[in-house]
Amino acid sequence: MSTHAVTGPPISAKGLEKSYKDLHVLRGVDFEVERGSVFALLGSNGAGKTTVVKILATLLKADAGTARVNGFDVAAQAGDVRESISLTGQFAAVDEILTGRENLVLVGRLRHLPSPGAVADDLLARFSLTGAAGRRVATYSGGMRRRLDIAMSLIGDPPVIFLDEPTTGLDPQARIEVWETVRGLASNGTTVLLTTQYLEEAEQLAERIAILHRGRILVNGTLAELKKQFPPARVEYVEKQPALEEIFLSLTGDDDKHAAGTGTGTGPSAAAPARKEHG
Amino acid sequence: MNTNFLGDTATLTGRSLRHIARSPDTIITTAVMPVAFMLLFVYVFGGAIDLGSGSGTGTADYVNYLLPGILLITIASGIAYTAFRLFQDMQGGIFERFQSMPVARSSVLWAHVLTSLVANLVSLGIVVGVALLMGFRSGAGIGAWLAVTGLLVVFTLALTWMAVIPGLTAKTVDGASAFSYPLIFLPFLSSAFVPTESMPGPVRWFAEHQPVTSIVNTIRDLLAQEPAGGDAWSALAWCVVTLVLFYALAMVVYRRRTG
Repeated sequence: MSTHAVTGPPISAKGLEKSYKDLHVLRGVDFEVERGSVFALLGSNGAGKTTVVKILATLLKADAGTARVNGFDVAAQAGDVRESISLTGQFAAVDEILTGRENLVLVGRLRHLPSPGAVADDLLARFSLTGAAGRRVATYSGGMRRRLDIAMSLIGDPPVIFLDEPTTGLDPQARIEVWETVRGLASNGTTVLLTTQYLEEAEQLAERIAILHRGRILVNGTLAELKKQFPPARVEYVEKQPALEEIFLSLTGDDDKHAAGTGTGTGPSAAAPARKEHG
Repeated sequence: MNTNFLGDTATLTGRSLRHIARSPDTIITTAVMPVAFMLLFVYVFGGAIDLGSGSGTGTADYVNYLLPGILLITIASGIAYTAFRLFQDMQGGIFERFQSMPVARSSVLWAHVLTSLVANLVSLGIVVGVALLMGFRSGAGIGAWLAVTGLLVVFTLALTWMAVIPGLTAKTVDGASAFSYPLIFLPFLSSAFVPTESMPGPVRWFAEHQPVTSIVNTIRDLLAQEPAGGDAWSALAWCVVTLVLFYALAMVVYRRRTG
């Protein structure tokens, strides 16, 4: 049950290839993720992001190439990899018929923790779900469901967490809640690999970003490095109109609802910095 | 991998049993159709059915005659829910979550199978209760009842492992449960409702050689305190062979689906 401390990068992929019949989804994917960092795999639908995550999480076997997670080979040491990771898939992996607390206790039992009930109560408090703990998940909002989903992934403190499109289908408030959670994870030393199709999400959360396109990594670097590779920014004077998101958030005002526990109260406007629409 | 098998199976079985406890309608609807068949056959067709005893067939006699086949229909309709529940798990992300966790691999399936067993035993209890109200009586002792229960358990397990396959592979909800219709129909082509002697040649041949007839005859003999004889052995053989075959097939499909 102990999580083995392993040297080397917590996630590394070399030459990953995968085909479904004639469809060549991955054509040689290479990357490494540093310990305790957030790494974003950015790409549009069908780029192969989920396939990469599934291979790393031992759900799929690669046709070629190797991958190691927490020092273990995903093909040969799948059991050790599973002890080291947690996967939050594209669709909230929660049991709708059980209550929030029962979901957490279930995962705690399956991870063979000595006191799953205490762990569940602690996580419910951290994710502001204590009030809803005894309700069936079917009655939860999309944001609550996602928070519960991520809370389930934290049980047992796995050193590596995969988040596959964690904010797809969420409303703006819920998305900000998830972002704060991800930031909190990284600051605790967990290695996070997240996939997203939202540029802003990668920009907000990730130290390194890799762009996956048609089964290949096109670029891989920090945001600053990626920016350097492209034509220098022109200075333009633009009248700054509030983005619709900012208007929405200031009207619906959710300052006190999200992210209880962090206490910093990131205001709606701070969470959505000015974006340049051109160049 | 086997170290966690029992604990993980118990945990996951507890989860599915909670699902059933929170939607008891699945158990009730499982019992409704067989009960409806029983009412229909006893009170509508029953008067016209002669079991060949010479002195006509009373209602209570016919309930006693009918019950074994009705019990098999109950199981055949109950396992459709197993396929359904497994399909739901596959569709939601929860199945992948389990697969990516250090959980004994086959525990996920065993939990569904054991839950199916519990749910079907409850449905069978309801059906037997209704049969008692309709005049079913048996002087069978504990040994015979245990033998009947044992045979029904093996039969349930065999059909449940069969249900696991569409549960894992179906593309739609309807596809996941449609496989059970022929199974529900099978008892009609057996000795469950009328003696096979009354059937025309080819139908009679099929009825006498298909598994339902030997299982029905065995249960009927056990409940009537008569020696079950050769039927008992072929009933048991059918159930065990089906169980082993579908268990093996389901495991192959499971490994293929989960890599």
